[in-house]
Amino acid sequence: MTAIAKVVRTTAFKLAATYFVVFTVFAVVFVGWISRETDRILTQQVQDSIEAEIGVLADEGLSKGLTGIVAAIEQRSRVPGASLYVIADASGNVVAGNVTEVPSALLQRSGLDPVTIPYKRLEGDSTRHLAMVRVLPLPNGLRMLVGRDVSDIERIRVVVAKAMMIGVGLLIALALLSWFFVSRRVLKRIDQVSATSRRIMDGDLSGRLEVTGTGDEFDRLAASLNAMLDRIEALLSGLKEVSDNIAHDLKTPLTRLRTRVEAALAGPARTDEYRAALEATIEDSDQLIRTFNALLMIARIEAGSPDGAMASINLARVVADVAEFYEPVAEEAEVYLALSLEEPLPMLGSRELISQALGNLVDNAIKYVKTGDEPPAPARVEVTARREGGDIVIQVADNGPGIPASERERVLERFVRLEKSRSQPGSGLGLSLVDAVARLHHGSLSLGDAGPGLVVTLRFPAEG
Amino acid sequence: MRILLVEDDRETAAYLVKALKEAGHVPDHAADGEEGAFLAETNRYDVMVVDRMLPKKDGLTLVAEARGKGNDTPVLILSALGQVDDRVTGLRAGGDDYLAKPYAFSELLARVEVLARRRKPGEAETLLRVGDLELDRLSHTVRRAQTPIPLQPREFRLLEYLMKHAGQVVTRTMLLENVWDYHFDPQTNVIDVHISRLRSKVDKGFSETLVHTVRGAGYMIRDSHR
Repeated sequence: MTAIAKVVRTTAFKLAATYFVVFTVFAVVFVGWISRETDRILTQQVQDSIEAEIGVLADEGLSKGLTGIVAAIEQRSRVPGASLYVIADASGNVVAGNVTEVPSALLQRSGLDPVTIPYKRLEGDSTRHLAMVRVLPLPNGLRMLVGRDVSDIERIRVVVAKAMMIGVGLLIALALLSWFFVSRRVLKRIDQVSATSRRIMDGDLSGRLEVTGTGDEFDRLAASLNAMLDRIEALLSGLKEVSDNIAHDLKTPLTRLRTRVEAALAGPARTDEYRAALEATIEDSDQLIRTFNALLMIARIEAGSPDGAMASINLARVVADVAEFYEPVAEEAEVYLALSLEEPLPMLGSRELISQALGNLVDNAIKYVKTGDEPPAPARVEVTARREGGDIVIQVADNGPGIPASERERVLERFVRLEKSRSQPGSGLGLSLVDAVARLHHGSLSLGDAGPGLVVTLRFPAEG
Repeated sequence: MRILLVEDDRETAAYLVKALKEAGHVPDHAADGEEGAFLAETNRYDVMVVDRMLPKKDGLTLVAEARGKGNDTPVLILSALGQVDDRVTGLRAGGDDYLAKPYAFSELLARVEVLARRRKPGEAETLLRVGDLELDRLSHTVRRAQTPIPLQPREFRLLEYLMKHAGQVVTRTMLLENVWDYHFDPQTNVIDVHISRLRSKVDKGFSETLVHTVRGAGYMIRDSHR
């Protein structure tokens, strides 16, 4: 592509060219119309005054004859800005009037329509003027010419032509200016956007578009694109985190599994040894599958493709079902499980996912309430669900050791298990799953101090 | 029982065929969807076990076509896709049950046996009986040796499900799905705790135990005198 073709293809050039054409056409039509109308009106006025003069002179002629006309001409010629008057004989010699030179051919004209002619005034005037005249025959072969100066009309024409030329010149200048502005200011920002996008595509995910703060379309575009980039970055870092965690938390049990099988093969070939190794292998692989499922599920929820459709549910029922489901477990662990509900608590959500999330919380509470140095007596886990304004708040509180404020943020991360919980089975994915479920429902998860103990709060927007 | 197994992975299929034979069944194996459709059309089976992703014709299409031809053999769909919406699509295509991979063979076997003896909806009995234990589905009452046993609603449903499948192994996952309608893994042995609580109400104080634990598989309610 040649350089010119490149310039022609830019949006700036197209915009400038379009503006130029549109405004030029407008200006030419507008100015042209005004000049034509002015011309017509002025010409009409001149014609009318010529007719009036002729009317007056004819009256003079009728009452006083030729001498009357001549006298009237003489008198009228003296008035400043007077009309033109000529009375000439058949050969073209001027008999009376205020004009020195008149083309003789004109005097022979017999038409009634006025014509425009060049003329010179009597009083030592050297320049030629233009006038609109009308020639009339008089008795005795004399001819009379009456006319008016039309220099004003000519001047207006010149002014209009000049205005037109200046206007078009100005439009060209404006078009060039807008081209410059658009290409420099506006398109430069678009180019910046593409350059930044390219840089981001090349792998620099931290790059962001410049927001100038003017609040114009480009700022809004940049802000939306930046928000999109934030989301992409979060998703990608989530992905990276997941793959790192898979590498760590799946490889470790896989290595253990492999080592156990290897050891069994290397050891004495006894059926009971083999059986024990195989049973442990199945247990290990079940735990692996569980971890893997939890990871997949979190990834899937975070990607925003929930399991099953969201439906209108009564959260009070869901909470009651989960509490009922875990109640025997609590009883067996000698933990008192208390439930307090407000009914109904309508919301839009997935019963399955919320049940699972809530199950995780209740299960954790039952597991950890007695892990402190001085287990509380009686150990209590309290599940409450109530409305708070437009929100539904579910809380699972225990009177166990709780989690220190400094570590609360950290336990929400995937695979993080505090030292105390190593003795309990689990993947370390429970709270991450709860967090993902909360965010899928546009809700939130927070950990707090139940004094003593841990209180986990889930907040969902209520329906209706 | 005649079982059609449509599974493209040779090794899994060989293992399943062997294990099903050992469990006393007569399995036929098809390695792709077209072969599976042909066998399903030319033979009568008690249960079909169909993998969801198959070469030539996918499992859901196979099931939907068989249903379209009036074949009402119970179908268990196997799939690597285990999320709830995948399950819903599977059941909508005409499957009767859905099992996510990887699964324990005991789970598959228990589900196949329950499917094969599935009762038609109209034949639902109102009075279930195992030994001297009676469950009345209309009045929601349970008696053992004529003594009423008070049960919580969920305990009633748990016992009802076990008694409906008396003599058959019922896995923990099956109980979770059918009694509580949960499809997630509760991590803790919640089901075992519920069963032991039910046992303490149903079996305690009676010389004969009805609710049995089947090691490595699940539970079964059974009258040992029959």
